[in-house]
Amino acid sequence: MIDFINVNKSFGKHKVLDALNLHIEKGKITFILGKSGEGKSVTIKHIMGLLRPDEGKIHVDGQDITELSESELRIYRRNFGMLFQHAALFDSMSVLENVMFPLKEHTNLKQSIIKSRAFDILEQIEILDLKDRYPNQLSTGEKKRVGLARALIEKPKVILYDEPTTGMDPLVSEMIDKLIVQVNKDQTSMTSVVISHDLKAALATGERIIMLYKGRVALAGEADDFRKTTDPVVRQFFSGKITGPMEFI
Amino acid sequence: MKSPIQFNSIYAEVYKKYHAIAVEVGVFLLYLQDVLKQIFQRPFRREIVLQQIEFIGIQSLPVVLLTGFATGAVFGLQIGGIFLSFQAESLMGGATGIALATELAPLITGFLLTGRVGAAMAAEIATMVVNEQIDALESMGVHPIHYLVVPRVLASMFIMPFLCGLFMFIGVFASYIVGVLVFNVDSGVFYEKLLDLANPHDIVVGLRKMLFFAFLIAVISCRLGLNASKGAKGVGLATTNAVVVSLLAILCTDFLISFFQVKWMSS
Repeated sequence: MIDFINVNKSFGKHKVLDALNLHIEKGKITFILGKSGEGKSVTIKHIMGLLRPDEGKIHVDGQDITELSESELRIYRRNFGMLFQHAALFDSMSVLENVMFPLKEHTNLKQSIIKSRAFDILEQIEILDLKDRYPNQLSTGEKKRVGLARALIEKPKVILYDEPTTGMDPLVSEMIDKLIVQVNKDQTSMTSVVISHDLKAALATGERIIMLYKGRVALAGEADDFRKTTDPVVRQFFSGKITGPMEFI
Repeated sequence: MKSPIQFNSIYAEVYKKYHAIAVEVGVFLLYLQDVLKQIFQRPFRREIVLQQIEFIGIQSLPVVLLTGFATGAVFGLQIGGIFLSFQAESLMGGATGIALATELAPLITGFLLTGRVGAAMAAEIATMVVNEQIDALESMGVHPIHYLVVPRVLASMFIMPFLCGLFMFIGVFASYIVGVLVFNVDSGVFYEKLLDLANPHDIVVGLRKMLFFAFLIAVISCRLGLNASKGAKGVGLATTNAVVVSLLAILCTDFLISFFQVKWMSS
């Protein structure tokens, strides 16, 4: 589904991705783990074509997206839904308007049809009662749900979650994790990519886990591979200890 | 005397500074090219343009009218006082009309709208940058310039000249009140001299200037908003810069337009 082939990316002298090779499978929930500054967000931005690699290729569904022009990338991005870390809802719009926004932008559907689709998705995420509220009237968890509804309304092929549970209390975190699983179950052909620090969530809900370290894949596999690994870097990350082979900047 | 090493480091500093300015100018020109290109792209965002017209036009109306009245009244008082020495106070209508139409109205309206509208545009867009809303637009395949900048530019270019026209009208009206009540100028004479000295071309000159200023205010404020760095400080800095740069751009453009106009008239 998504393949990074020897992807390099630097910002100034700081090399973020160093000949990165990774593979994300279609229809599965893939967690990308790593400590801060390891290139997780940069990876996700490359998948969406928001950043271009300095070197290397990125194939999505067999198409090399590094060759696409800016206008082709805008069309390509419609295959994606993204849930941002802070939901990134438009302040000036109500919940319903936020959710309707992608369809209004990309289709010529009648307002009534768009509205009914938005109602469906809000019902599916169980937030229909919030439809008339504005983002500043929502809790963090509610904002995330609305962000998810907006990301799902166009039925994307891939949904990207940027640290969906960072800074949340355990209950809301669990609710979001359940939602990720539910969404993936409901839309079987959809691929979910989750960027996270949340090891518990990754082991519990990730069907595949990729850990990045120094711009490369430290380990990729299923939850059990991570539990059994003897790799000192991965073990240190899982133990949460400061002492070990992992370098801190 | 400076050693070669010191000289090299000063040279490097100066080069770095001017290089950064050159890069910024280049980036701004590319942005300008993008704005002009996006103006002609579909869809036409009528709803957002109308919202912006309401925000820029209707909401700025009280402050523009009040400032126009005060400017016209003060200008009338000052010029009436001077003309009174020559017993030519009846000319104050014409003098006020020309000054307001060609210079004062576009310049002061431009300054007012920079402070009220330009600052708001920059702050709103900078906040959207900070809250990842621009990233969200990009991720949905929506061009931020097409969605945010183009409607603001179009609305500004449509409504700001109207506000400038109102400023001229209310300014002359205030000058008329001062002339009649303070300097006992006959209202018929005031009106006659106004028509004698000032002509419709002066109004066109002023409105044309305002059209340029409107474009500059919107384009610069949106650009600095989009360019904001993350954090509350970034929003504040973007807003301040938008006001300062827009004001300077208005003054420079005013000089250039006036210069070419004088050149054109004398040739």
